[in-house]
Amino acid sequence: MNQRKDGFRLFEYVLFALVTLAVLILCVCVGSVTIPLEETIQVVWRAISRQPQPELTCVPIILTVRLPRVLCVALVGASLSLAGAAMQGLLKNPLADGSTLGVSSGASLGAVLAIIFGITLPQLPFAGTMVMAMIFAFLSMMIILSLAYKLDASLSTNTIILIGVIFSMFISSIMNLLITFAGDKVKSITFWTMGSLQGTSYQNAAVLLVCLTIFGSLLLSHCAELNAFAIGEDNARTIGVDIRKVKLLVLVCVSALIGVCVSIGGCIGFVGLVTPHMTRMIVGPNHRRLLPASMFAGAVFLLLADLVSRILLNPLELPIGVVTSFVGSLVFIQIFYSSRKVK
Amino acid sequence: MLDVKNLTVQYGTRKILNSVSFTVEPGQWLMIIGPNGAGKSTIINAISQGAPYSGQILFQGKNIRQYKPKELAQKIGVLSQHHTVGYDFTVEEVIRLGRYAYAPSLFSRNRDDGADKIQEAVSKTGLEPFLKQSVLTLSGGELQRTFLAQLFAQDPSLLMLDEPTNHLDLIYQKQVFALIRDWLKESGRAVVSVVHDLSLAKTYGTHAILLNKGKIFASGSISRVMEPENLNQVYGMDVPGWMREMYGQWLPREDEHENHL
Repeated sequence: MNQRKDGFRLFEYVLFALVTLAVLILCVCVGSVTIPLEETIQVVWRAISRQPQPELTCVPIILTVRLPRVLCVALVGASLSLAGAAMQGLLKNPLADGSTLGVSSGASLGAVLAIIFGITLPQLPFAGTMVMAMIFAFLSMMIILSLAYKLDASLSTNTIILIGVIFSMFISSIMNLLITFAGDKVKSITFWTMGSLQGTSYQNAAVLLVCLTIFGSLLLSHCAELNAFAIGEDNARTIGVDIRKVKLLVLVCVSALIGVCVSIGGCIGFVGLVTPHMTRMIVGPNHRRLLPASMFAGAVFLLLADLVSRILLNPLELPIGVVTSFVGSLVFIQIFYSSRKVK
Repeated sequence: MLDVKNLTVQYGTRKILNSVSFTVEPGQWLMIIGPNGAGKSTIINAISQGAPYSGQILFQGKNIRQYKPKELAQKIGVLSQHHTVGYDFTVEEVIRLGRYAYAPSLFSRNRDDGADKIQEAVSKTGLEPFLKQSVLTLSGGELQRTFLAQLFAQDPSLLMLDEPTNHLDLIYQKQVFALIRDWLKESGRAVVSVVHDLSLAKTYGTHAILLNKGKIFASGSISRVMEPENLNQVYGMDVPGWMREMYGQWLPREDEHENHL
């Protein structure tokens, strides 16, 4: 038998990185004010090599507004997409995603609670919301899965989605109540339900990068286990997968990734559903290819969605979740119908 | 090699298995037989750690709870009757997962992926033409052979089969059982299988346990367990009579027999 490597080759990774970089640069150039490509690259290069910048209006636009935002968008896209792909494999369910399961709503409840009650960590003032979002994401996941498991041990698509919808509605009612009473302490309801990466900083990007590096590599090192789960949990157990350990690890990583993204950008729906689904249609279900490809695809998808949200009603800006949910719900319906047809 | 002592499985107040004990030695093909709901599949589930149980299950003298999942998978392999694969993995990807238990850890550079075992499993099951095909496009028989190949690649010394040919066409039944009989020929190996079809049990089994309502009614060599009295009592009917009536019509008639002579 041919010794075919499951994963991508180096040049394929380089290609993905180049495409992502190109889209990233495009997103820095285009916006309410369009900046020429050459100028953008020069400004960024001078910033990286610490050379003095000329006094141009585009310099602060690029360096303090667009670049940090675009970096955050790419990282959030990659994280959410990776989390979605891992969850869909683990639960053998192509509709699993932070937003369909209600995990993102749970995470935003955690973040809102942290803001209202002023929960902070002494050294890192912003980490309180983040940690609370992560914890609540994990708790939500545990609640949803155990409720679904009680109803139907095979964790079928319909049961999980139904519980997820009910859970999301429950959480959003609590959250809206909290936000109504908290006044201007918390960001608007639209931020938490539709998400936005407006005004994000380099600090946010750094935090996202660290989380994606840690939890992303943990997920990427469990591709074989995720393949086994995607074939079936019973089969995974009989071929020697440590079911409990892997499940816990994947759920913790996914919750952490979703928690961080939500605490920075609010609930940006359906990214974790759309991109892994489309990626799977191209590269197949093997997680050695699916997970890395989903990361790049997620980054590109969210960058483009963010671009559309910025330029569609220029100078007005749409919440990014409007764009992702619009595409996402169409894809959701397509997956749901095609999976029903098979039965 | 397998020593099961007082195995009890209970869901709520209902005892599915009640203090079941038996042993399996190398070279044996143990058939677990009995009517519906007798607890046949539960034995396999408990041994493969898929059902909570009390009692002791020893494999090669060591409690199987003390084995790590990968160690256990190198020793015991399981084939179930239904497979619902969620995504369109290729046949090759499913078979290669059989080597999971031998995969080197993340930091070791030893890259023996058992290509020869996989190759052997593929050729034994005749799956070469299907390797690149999606498992979602396979027939029931082809899918069952795919998982059998995964099991052969896993290379355990004890195979446990839960009604492996239940919904398969006759030709596949024959193929699968022949493959397993062949596999068993190598020394140090044993098979435990749950079967519904008593004729299959009698044809391929060396030993058997007859279960009734979660308890062992009879155990020992296949011929002793499948005595008419035992079967009649457990199934509540004249089992040999029914078998003769069913299968007797396939025997060559007198005149055909003479023609052959």
